[in-house]
Amino acid sequence: MKIMIAGYGQVGEMLVRELSEEGHDLTLLDDNPAVLEAGMERYDVIALQGNCASMQALKSANIEQFDLLIACTGSDELNMLCCMTAHALNNGIHTIARIRDPEYTEQAYTMRDAFGLSFLFNPEQQAAEEISRLLKLPGFFKRDSFAKGRVEIVELRIEPKSKLCEVPLSTLYSIVKCRVLVCSVVRDGTAYTPDGRFILKEGDRVFVTAPTDNLAQLLKNLDIVTRKNHRVLIAGGGTVAYYLAQILRRSSMQITVIESNHDRCLELAADFPDANVIFGDARSQSLLESEGIDNTDALVSLTGLDELNMMISLYGKTRSVPQIITRMEYLDEFGITAQLPLGSLICPRKLCCNNIVRYVRALQNQSGAALTVHSIADGHAEAMEFEIDEHTLHCGEPLKKLSLRKNVLLVTITHGHEIVIPNGDSTFRVGDTVVVVAGGDTPIHQFNDVFARQRTVGYEF
Amino acid sequence: MNFKMIGRFFVLILSIEAAFMLPALGISIADGTHAATKGFLYTLAIMLALILCLGMYSRRAKKSFFAKEGLFCVGLSWILMSVVGCLPFYLSGEIPSYVDALFEMVSGFTTTGASIVPNVEALSRSILYWRSFSHWLGGMGVLVFVLAVIPVSGKNEGFTMHLLRAESPGPNVGKLVPKMRQTAAVLYLTYIGLTVINFLFLLAGDMPVFDSICTAFGTAGTGGFGVKADSMESYSPYLQNVTTVFMLLFGINFSCYYLLLLRHFRAVLGDEELRLYLGLVLASIALISVNIYHIYQSTGDSIRHAAFQVSSIITTTGFSTADFDLWPSLSKGILLVLMAIGACAGSTGGGFKCARVLLCLKSARRNLRQVLRPNRVEVIRVNREPVAEKVIANTNAYLAIYVGLLALSFLVVSFDGFSVTTNFSAVMACFNNIGPGLEAVGPSCNFSLYSGFSKGILIFDMLAGRLEIFPILVLFSPGTWKKN
Repeated sequence: MKIMIAGYGQVGEMLVRELSEEGHDLTLLDDNPAVLEAGMERYDVIALQGNCASMQALKSANIEQFDLLIACTGSDELNMLCCMTAHALNNGIHTIARIRDPEYTEQAYTMRDAFGLSFLFNPEQQAAEEISRLLKLPGFFKRDSFAKGRVEIVELRIEPKSKLCEVPLSTLYSIVKCRVLVCSVVRDGTAYTPDGRFILKEGDRVFVTAPTDNLAQLLKNLDIVTRKNHRVLIAGGGTVAYYLAQILRRSSMQITVIESNHDRCLELAADFPDANVIFGDARSQSLLESEGIDNTDALVSLTGLDELNMMISLYGKTRSVPQIITRMEYLDEFGITAQLPLGSLICPRKLCCNNIVRYVRALQNQSGAALTVHSIADGHAEAMEFEIDEHTLHCGEPLKKLSLRKNVLLVTITHGHEIVIPNGDSTFRVGDTVVVVAGGDTPIHQFNDVFARQRTVGYEF
Repeated sequence: MNFKMIGRFFVLILSIEAAFMLPALGISIADGTHAATKGFLYTLAIMLALILCLGMYSRRAKKSFFAKEGLFCVGLSWILMSVVGCLPFYLSGEIPSYVDALFEMVSGFTTTGASIVPNVEALSRSILYWRSFSHWLGGMGVLVFVLAVIPVSGKNEGFTMHLLRAESPGPNVGKLVPKMRQTAAVLYLTYIGLTVINFLFLLAGDMPVFDSICTAFGTAGTGGFGVKADSMESYSPYLQNVTTVFMLLFGINFSCYYLLLLRHFRAVLGDEELRLYLGLVLASIALISVNIYHIYQSTGDSIRHAAFQVSSIITTTGFSTADFDLWPSLSKGILLVLMAIGACAGSTGGGFKCARVLLCLKSARRNLRQVLRPNRVEVIRVNREPVAEKVIANTNAYLAIYVGLLALSFLVVSFDGFSVTTNFSAVMACFNNIGPGLEAVGPSCNFSLYSGFSKGILIFDMLAGRLEIFPILVLFSPGTWKKN
């Protein structure tokens, strides 16, 4: 598919990385030649210089030949204007815009026809939703939902005294006493697709698939946490904090936001009268203590600086805060953050990237495309949800008779209201949805790709 | 430096070279020329052994590949291709000295067309075919061919840009379409298409099939190896005119053809480089025709010879229909200037490139204006687009290195004791990938008179000229040979 990415910033870069792996023809449009040069050096793309909202630049980039435009410049207004202009020049183009300002989100959605928008994404809002889901079930480090929220893949860490230490997976059921499946384990930075003989060790990060209804029971039987979060301390009052406060307003949690910009504090205090908005610097130890870091149930570090978020979260860990969530925009690329006790890591742009990749896959291939895509195990594996249709191979055959590709697991089959953790005798039928976890580098574009077959592989560089 | 990754490219390049050698082997078997068959068979065996060794060595290569690796890979692969590709000449015994064989092969791949063979017609047909084919492969570049046929997957895939930039001529190499593989395929398909049309036009003029193939290869790559001792002189005027037109066509930036296919006619017509190129050609033809009228005593013949020589020299092909060494000084002078200018960027021709001449002229004009009005701010534009200052600085630096290397080579070659004109034109003809020079290296003579050492210098010049200096200079920097 021919895709134009307008605005090559942090989000643009991640989109290019994901979409070029899927084999699309990518064109970058940005007004800064230096970043374009860097993009050309790194990816197999073409880069054009120009203002993405100007008709002239879009015309000279041959916008009429594109299938999709993703506007992800730093400015909402520019993104909207860009999509509007492109839509006027090419009526058939699909447009995706990043809209992050809370004041625009509603109007961008209701006026999407006027703006020519096919899809909106809001990294900050998505991050806030993810954080709120983690706050609602403390104990999981990451939650990805499938089958309209009825199945989830959650991340657990094996603590030193956990019941799961030195336990082979075949005896897992006797401990957790509910239907769950371990689909991936990350140990010392390497991801494993485990089988029944795999023995869990202290420090492992385990990705478990389970029906959402079983999650509370799973936590209870593992003696992890049984309490609920009542007090949440948020460091940094940016856009993510704004959306988070908006979501948590409906819950029973009492939130405290520490923000160092006084005007921003006034805005937050005006919009959220129930929240404690504290004017001060989250770097100050005495402020954190006076705002009750020792009594809080959860600490969320959401300042604009990754380094500062790391420091606040590490400090929270030394003060034994039960749940810690850290916003990490760039620094997780070094791969060392996973080893630090930073709690759950949230990367807004990574969350929305998954959504866009899914949207593009659905555009490209209306039947058989993944309904949901989540990257798990630090990106070593991908969990995808597919709907079984009449083109699917091997319908109704028991799984033990099928040969699947290496590192591919079918983790749940949803049949009507029934959620099955499959075993060798399970089958899938037309109308079911299946969640697949695939490790390795080769992307799975449609469900039939999970079956083993003879493949001609290109010369791999 | 990631040597293993470069080893992988060498495996591909050698495989492609070996595959392209098979037709030559077929011709030699069909002709029953045993010495040539032996030469090709031994060469193929050596290549196979090299491919296996490099394949073993380059297993589990790390994927880091940056601008440095791109330059190094291109520079070294051209040397490797020539060192191996010249073996049939040497092993068949048709060119008895290895240095001569290497000179001939480098001259082929760099599309120079300078020869050390005293009598071309004495060579067997398979050797002639391989010589001419090397022009065709070298014209567009073998790594571009690799990029067109081999699907490149994996992370950090943008590295292909470094290869395209290092191998394609011009100050500002870019892609035509987002995917590198498709860009390379568009270039090669245009190239193959034009070559086939050229071949058909030659056939229509009753040229023998073998001659047509070899001449089409020589024209397409703007190389200049002929199959006859007198180059194109004994062919009919029709064939000479066809060759004139196609030499000019192959000297045009290939992205112009792509734009024509997309029906962007105005962009092609308004292209400043194309205008400069055609303007230079027309003006030179007019001046030379008048200047040589007294020799041929016919307007038609004067224009035909002038047009052929002008397009042969400006596109750096090097075919000839007349011994221009016998022409008046003005004509020789014009040809010498055209040698330095060369064809358009992004074509198969060599030289300094019209695009760079254009940029240098514009930046010189700007500097002159700034002398008069020091505070004047001016942006240089080509085709109405502003040109980045970095590109202008690079072009000026390129000019300095180009002149410096020319001067140095000229001095070193002068040790052999020939006339100044001979030496200067020999260095110009090799560095700009033209072929024939003036006086003792003129169209009716060849380069066999130079010593082995001078031939080495000229080999370096040819490679540096074809790859635009940097990929070859990089090989001489000690830092590049260090392992990471």
